[in-house]
Amino acid sequence: MAKFASSVSKQAGAMMNWLDDRLPVTKFWNATMTGYMAPKNFNFWYYMGSLALLVLVIQIFSGILLAMHYKPSAEEAFASVEYIMRDVDWGWLIRYLHTTGASFFFILIYLHMFRSLLYGSHKAPRELLWVFGMFIYVALMAEAFLGYILPWGQMSYWGAQVIINLFGALPKIGEPLTQWIRGDYFISDATLNRFFALHVIAVPLALMGLVLLHLVALRENGSNNPDGIEIKANKDADGIPLDGIPFHPYYTVKDIFGVGMFLILFCFVLFFWPTAGGMFLEHDNFIPANPLVTPEHIKPVWYFTPFYAILKAVPDKLMGVVMMGASVMILFFLPWLDRSPVKSIRYRGMWYKVLLGMFTIAFVRLGLLGMAEGTPAQTWEMRVWTLVYFMFFVLLFFLSPGGKTKPEPDRVTD
Amino acid sequence: MKKFATYLFIAVLFLPMAGATALASGGAGVEHSGANIEDTASLQRGAKWYVNYCLGCHTLSYQRYNRLAKDLGLSEEAVMQNLVYSDAKFADTMDIAMDPVQAEAWFGKTPPDLSLIGRSRGADWVYSYLRAFYQDESGSWNNTLLPNAAMPHVLWQLQGIQTPVYRTETSESGYTHEVIDHFELVTPGTQSPEEFEETARDIAAFLDYVGEPAKLQRKGIGVWVILFLVLFTFIAYLLKAEYWRDVH
Repeated sequence: MAKFASSVSKQAGAMMNWLDDRLPVTKFWNATMTGYMAPKNFNFWYYMGSLALLVLVIQIFSGILLAMHYKPSAEEAFASVEYIMRDVDWGWLIRYLHTTGASFFFILIYLHMFRSLLYGSHKAPRELLWVFGMFIYVALMAEAFLGYILPWGQMSYWGAQVIINLFGALPKIGEPLTQWIRGDYFISDATLNRFFALHVIAVPLALMGLVLLHLVALRENGSNNPDGIEIKANKDADGIPLDGIPFHPYYTVKDIFGVGMFLILFCFVLFFWPTAGGMFLEHDNFIPANPLVTPEHIKPVWYFTPFYAILKAVPDKLMGVVMMGASVMILFFLPWLDRSPVKSIRYRGMWYKVLLGMFTIAFVRLGLLGMAEGTPAQTWEMRVWTLVYFMFFVLLFFLSPGGKTKPEPDRVTD
Repeated sequence: MKKFATYLFIAVLFLPMAGATALASGGAGVEHSGANIEDTASLQRGAKWYVNYCLGCHTLSYQRYNRLAKDLGLSEEAVMQNLVYSDAKFADTMDIAMDPVQAEAWFGKTPPDLSLIGRSRGADWVYSYLRAFYQDESGSWNNTLLPNAAMPHVLWQLQGIQTPVYRTETSESGYTHEVIDHFELVTPGTQSPEEFEETARDIAAFLDYVGEPAKLQRKGIGVWVILFLVLFTFIAYLLKAEYWRDVH
């Protein structure tokens, strides 16, 4: 038996050698997993990245299965979704995986981005890592918007109507541009068909490429950590960071635990609360699209509402669109707006805690207000928080170079 | 100080929305129905009421009879004899012969398919809607939840006839108007008010089920999935703790 086992392992070794001579499998594994040194002090916030990757995989697999049964035509789309929910074996599970996955994707991405604001992960030398991340975020928003039209319910139709019409606010090119996007004079079968193509091929391809770039950029400089100091500054005689541990097995086993915790939450929503009270799946979207009947209250899905609130806060349509665009675009420049010599919030003064606290409140409040029906009082509140949202970046730019800091430790603290 | 700041932060985050109304939670006049799709007998009664009183006009185009039989614990014979009045086959969906164009001519609007009413409006709304019909002064039917709806009170023989009792309200600007305070049952029906509540609840539960038949299965499966994940996560935690013992 022992002889047999050793012969098997010898055979496996020979096969691996054969493979390594032709494809750098072991080299790649060593460079990115076992030989990649990650800071040993990651906390809760450092689960989000690997979990977002997990959700991306869930979305791709559930999406492939959905596309096998879904019909991208205005006549059949709504019925085909119900066909999936009722007649396809496990169809309801496939669809709920996809709808729950969409919302959780955004939850994770928002937490992932917030982590960056906490610990300064966007700062040099990780600016490009952040910029690629922002491109992923924008691609994800496009993907979510395109996908939302596919069930062809009332919210699919009217939500798309509102968003596409935003482009119409642009001077001169506005009207032709909206027509070009729709492929028709109104949202129709042609629009649905092209959105389907973009949703299942174009944007996912772009997303995968961007995620790859994001990961390559991450491995180049290594992860930041809650202390915001570079672990490569302290190395042992072999050139291994003293505060670094091999990503595999330490963080792979830790992330498996994170996956378990996440899936408990994810599956709880999926099996017991898939609509999330109309947040993840909206009530009006269970009514087939009807171009003649406008729903009482059109609003985007929750993950767009902070930006939607900024749009609604501005009285002028064109200015509203510009401000909404700016609220996303400004995030791209965060690495250069944040000029603090210190990365982590732990070693920044009170000024940053107040700024970030206000920004967080503004973002959440805008999100809640974007879902509300829009009374005049709410419009005023939206204006206040819109101002706070933008002031974060302005104040950050001016306060960060001279803002009070505490001395950073030489080594990570926990 | 730190604690205070944290509490303040959370308080501001979830401050009530300025000028928010109760509309967000289903709207005025919607009562808690107590509809329970786990109650198979209630679903069976609901199916019977629906087929007898509603299916004449409102299709359930996504609901198949054989699925109904399976989920409600009914045999093929029971369904074919008691629930199918058309020439539909066992595997067909619950459609009707009424021509939509003619229906529009008769009612002013084609009665909508109700396969998904349990999802778009919810069981509580259905329950409340069925109980909100009244006869107005002109003698025609109206409904407080869906004012001037084209639908007559189909269940009036069961419930009887109720008429509104008004009360005067004064708005902030001093303008007075009459609003419906409550209903008064002027002609009793074949069911007592309690029995009729039960009937409305059964129909609401049935439509809740029809809105998402998978709801009956998914919760049961979900329990096992969560149990598995808890076990998995516990083992993953032990594995992680074992590996991490030497990191410090």
